[in-house]
Amino acid sequence: MIRFEDVHKTFGTNAVLRGLNLEVDKGTSMVIIGGSGTGKSVALKCVLGLVTPDSGRIYVDGQDTASGGDRDAFLARFGMLFQGAALFDSLPVWQNVAFRLLRGALKRPKAEAREIAVEKLRRVGLGPEVADRFPAELSGGMQKRVGLARAIAADPEVIFFDEPTTGLDPIMSGVINDLIREIVVEMGATAVTITHDMSSVRAIADNVAMLHAGKIRWTGPVAQMDASGDPYLDQFIHGRAEGPIDPVR
Amino acid sequence: MSVIAHLLAGIGRRVLAALATIGRVVLFTARAFSHMLRPPFYGRELLNALLHIGWLSLPVVGMTAIFTGAALALQIYAGGSRFDAQAVVPQIVALGIVRELGPVLVGLMIAARVTSSIAAEIATMKVTEQIDALTTLSTHPMKYLVAPRVLAALICVPLLVGLGDIIGILGGYTVAVNNLDFNGAVYIRNTVDFLEPLDVISSLVKGAVFGVIAATMGCYAGMQSGRGAQGVGRATKSSVEAASVLILAANVALTGAFFSI
Ligand SMILES: Nc1ncnc2c1ncn2[C@@H]1O[C@H](COP(=O)(O)OP(=O)(O)OP(=O)(O)O)[C@@H](O)[C@H]1O
Ligand SMILES: [Mg+2]
Repeated sequence: MIRFEDVHKTFGTNAVLRGLNLEVDKGTSMVIIGGSGTGKSVALKCVLGLVTPDSGRIYVDGQDTASGGDRDAFLARFGMLFQGAALFDSLPVWQNVAFRLLRGALKRPKAEAREIAVEKLRRVGLGPEVADRFPAELSGGMQKRVGLARAIAADPEVIFFDEPTTGLDPIMSGVINDLIREIVVEMGATAVTITHDMSSVRAIADNVAMLHAGKIRWTGPVAQMDASGDPYLDQFIHGRAEGPIDPVR
Repeated sequence: MSVIAHLLAGIGRRVLAALATIGRVVLFTARAFSHMLRPPFYGRELLNALLHIGWLSLPVVGMTAIFTGAALALQIYAGGSRFDAQAVVPQIVALGIVRELGPVLVGLMIAARVTSSIAAEIATMKVTEQIDALTTLSTHPMKYLVAPRVLAALICVPLLVGLGDIIGILGGYTVAVNNLDFNGAVYIRNTVDFLEPLDVISSLVKGAVFGVIAATMGCYAGMQSGRGAQGVGRATKSSVEAASVLILAANVALTGAFFSI
C-alpha cells in the first residue's frame, strides 16, 4: 500500500535518508524502530508531502505521491499523530479532535462532531471534562493522547503514529497499544508506528523495520525479530551500549 | 584591485538575495489574495482576525492619534507665531494628520501590535508542527491562517486610519480651544472647509496598503520561521522591521502618486 523506493533526503550537510526502501502492506501494522535522529519522523513526513525527498519515489496504492492530483482527497485518507502532538493551542480540545469534522469535505453538524470527539477522547482514556479545556492546560501525556484522538477522529485508512506511547505511564501505554491494534484488526486500517518502546513493538507490530544510517537495516515479521541474527537489530532490541551501533552519533 | 572586486561581489550577492526575498514576498502576497477569492472560506478565522486587528487596536490607535494631534497643534502654533500665522493651526493640523501622520502612525502602530503578534503566533505554530498538522488535516495554511488575517487588515486598517484622522484632529482641537484661545466652531469649520476629498481618499488608501503590508509581513515571517525559540524571536523582529520600513517607503510612493503634480 505504501512503498518507498530509494528515497534520499539531506538537510544542509546532514544526509538523513540515504536510499530508503520499504513496503507496508494494506491492513497491516508496521513499526519502525531506530536510533534517535535517524530520520524516522522525516520518512513519515515524506509520505504526506510535508518534507519533499531529494530523490526517490513514494507510492501509495501504486500512485506516485509526487504526481500531483487532488491533495485534499489524498490527505483525507491519512491520520497523523505528531511526535510533539502539534495541537492547535487556539482551539479547545474537542475542536482539535474534531478539526476535520468541522470543516471541509467531511463537515458535520457541530453537535455530532462534538459527540464523535468525546467518543474518540474516551477511547484514548480521556474523560468528557477534558473536551472543553485548552491544550496548554493539559499534561504532556494528555496532549499526546488528544493528538492520537485527532489522528483517528475521521476514521482514516492509513494512520501514522509518531511515538504514541512516549511520556505515558505504563498502564496508559497498554491502553494505547491495544487501541492501535484494535484500529488495525477491527477497522482494517493500515498503521505505521514509530516507537522506542520494545514492549510496544511486540504489542502492535505485524512487521518491524529498523532504520539505521539512512537505510532499512532489517525488516520482517515481528516473530522473526529476535532470531534475525543481525547484530545491529540485536543490539537495539536489547538496549546494549556495546555493539556495532556507535553510541555517539 | 581584488579587494574592490571582492567588495563588489559581496554587494552583488546582497542585492541578489534582497531581490529574491522581494520576489518571494510579492509571490506570497499574490497567493494570499488568490486564496481570499477561492473557497473554502473560514468565516470564524476572519471574525477573529477582525477582532484582533481592528477592535482591539482601537485604544492604541486612539491614543496615538490624540497625542499626535495635540502636539502638532502646539508646534504649529509656536512656529506660526514667529511670522504671525497662528491662525493656520486648524488647516495645517488637518492636512498633516489626514495626509501623513494619521496613516503613517496608525500603520506603524499596527506594525508594532499586529505584525509582531501574527509573526510570533504563526512562527510558534510552525515550530511546534501545527502548520504541518493543519496540512495533514486537509486545511491549507495559506487559506486558514494567512488569507483571513490579510483580508481583515485590508478591511480594518483603513477604518482605523479614518478614525485616527478624526481623533487626531480632535486632539488638535482640544489643545487649540482650551490652551490657545481658538473658537471651537471656527476651528471645526476651517478644518472641514479646508480638507479636500482627495486628502481623505489618500488617507484611506494608505491605510489599506499599510494594513496589507503589516499583515502580510507578519504572516510571511512566521511561515518562514527557523526552528526553535530563536527562530520565533528572529521571525518576530524581522517582520516588524520589514513592515515598518515598507510602510514608510510605501508612504513616500503613495504621497508622490497622490499629490505630486
Ligand atoms: N526541517 C528540518 N530541517 C533541518 N533538519 C531537520 C529537519 N527535520 C529533521 N531534521 C534532521 O533530520 C534528522 C532526523 O530527524 P527525525 O526527526 O526524522 O529523527 P527521528 O528518527 O524521528 O528521531 P527521534 O527518534 O529522536 O524522534 C535529525 O538530524 C534532524 O535534525
Ligand atoms: Mg522522531
